[in-house]
Amino acid sequence: MLTKLLSGDTPRSPVLAVLLIGILVCLALAPFLFPGVRSVDTAARICIFIVLVASYDLMLGYGGIVSFAHTMFFGIGAYGVALACTHLGRGFDALLVGSVAGALVAATLAFVIGLFSLRVRAIFFAMITLAVASAVAVLVSQLSAITGGEDGLNYRIPRELTPAFKFADGQILGARLNGKLLNYYLIFGSTLLIFLLLLRIVHSPFGRVLQAIRENDFRAEAIGYRVVYYRVAVTCISAAAAALAGSLYAIWLRYVGPDTTLSLEIMIDVLLMVVIGGMGTMYGAVIGATIFVLAQNYLQALMSVASDALTGLPVLPELISADRWLLWLGVLFILSVYFFPTGIVGRLRQRRR
Amino acid sequence: MSHPILETRDLSVRFGGHVAVDRISCTFRTGELTAIVGPNGAGKTTYFNLISGQIAASAGSVVLNGRNITRMPVAQRTHLGIGRAFQLTNLFPNLNVLENVRLVIQSKAGRGFNMLSMASDHDDLTMPAEEIVERVRLTGHAHQPVSELSHGNQRKLEVALLIALDPLVYMFDEPTAGMSVDEAPVVLDLIAELKARKDRTILLVEHKMDVIRTLADRIIVLHNGALAADGEPAEVMASDVVRDAYMGRELEDG
Repeated sequence: MLTKLLSGDTPRSPVLAVLLIGILVCLALAPFLFPGVRSVDTAARICIFIVLVASYDLMLGYGGIVSFAHTMFFGIGAYGVALACTHLGRGFDALLVGSVAGALVAATLAFVIGLFSLRVRAIFFAMITLAVASAVAVLVSQLSAITGGEDGLNYRIPRELTPAFKFADGQILGARLNGKLLNYYLIFGSTLLIFLLLLRIVHSPFGRVLQAIRENDFRAEAIGYRVVYYRVAVTCISAAAAALAGSLYAIWLRYVGPDTTLSLEIMIDVLLMVVIGGMGTMYGAVIGATIFVLAQNYLQALMSVASDALTGLPVLPELISADRWLLWLGVLFILSVYFFPTGIVGRLRQRRR
Repeated sequence: MSHPILETRDLSVRFGGHVAVDRISCTFRTGELTAIVGPNGAGKTTYFNLISGQIAASAGSVVLNGRNITRMPVAQRTHLGIGRAFQLTNLFPNLNVLENVRLVIQSKAGRGFNMLSMASDHDDLTMPAEEIVERVRLTGHAHQPVSELSHGNQRKLEVALLIALDPLVYMFDEPTAGMSVDEAPVVLDLIAELKARKDRTILLVEHKMDVIRTLADRIIVLHNGALAADGEPAEVMASDVVRDAYMGRELEDG
């Protein structure tokens, strides 16, 4: 039953199994294990990035397609919800309409870009996605009448998903029983569902064709698979999943803006998360997103504590002062890519052999 | 009794100023095994590429079962009945042997876009794949990644993929090249079996004369991209054309 749910893809490494179960339990019980606005916010971000990174892995790790437009699809989903909430009013129907519309628009756009560029060579696709993504980012910040421009949009989501809504009095293990808790579980549940769905796609007959194309597209075509159709299809699925991640982000933040959803910086983060976790493994998305988001949120604080503890010593406190956190994040990545070229998941599975 | 299934009409391709295949018109019949011979660079593999679609023709046409397929993409030709095994081994290196074959059977079954079921649950695809792996004597390696196989075993798998496809027109490009003396018979027996079925057309590019002598119903000779001879094996092999072509001398005429 469990194997079926995981589509037969067991972790195949005891360390990985422990890590994944640990992450699952921590995320599932985050509001109770780590009560506090900041920590729950981090947990929600991890969930959202798991979806975003897994959808990117489907395209890159399984389809062998490099895209720089993944944050654009993420942004389309986020703006879908934002616009629906702004214009349709406050309600769950607006969330649903916005999410579905965002996913459809993202898939359609991916279809058009893919059909034009994937016919030729995969590198053209990468370049065209970069161009389109930049164009969309500029467009969104220019069309301020619709998108709010650089300021972005603030909107209201159903009351049941906000802190103002209390469905019971008191607290359980420090967690307030309010709408924000429900919102978190909406995000967590959706993440779990989308992730398992992507895992299933990877292990379906379609997923096998993708692997065949990644291995040898020439032969895949010769045994009867129209490579371009499969590449376009996986791009559309991946775009739709990224848009759903964006919708979740918009529901969680109650705000969208170009910086939080469309910037190229997020694109690079996603790329790093896939590489650190392990390309073409799906579970790499879980590991990569968790480590990255945790580092982003807590490395600075951790370093300032360490720096304070070392006051009085020469050079050291300066070196690990909180202002240098980006430097150390960079060092961390270089080391991880150097020591785990196949990603953490790839490395852990290798050891088993 | 046998009717023409595949025909090339004035089929040509030019790369820049070089004519690699020069107006080849030829008809292939069901049940017939045609050996294609010629010196290196005569255009044998290029002729194959034009028929199976890896290269687009500059002029002329390819007709399969009365249908013009000259401009069709490779995958579509495959579904209509053109199957190809490659001269240089051309497999899915990080997938295992069984999966390589299973992918072909899955393609034939048209299930490539099935996204929500598990591939391992499709027993009706896995079983025939296992059978074919058995036929090329690779059962012991079924779950090994292709990249770990010996050259000879990779060649066998290359042929197995074509057998799994079971097209109307089988195209073998030097199927036994680089195989050991023990391994080659496995492949040659399979080709002989196919020929005995009488319902498939076989095109075979081959250098080994003993193989051609035992298997071929007909030989065509290519030289400098053009059709230099076409006929019964005994007749063609006796002719000066073959000798000259293999010696690499210029042909005087036709």
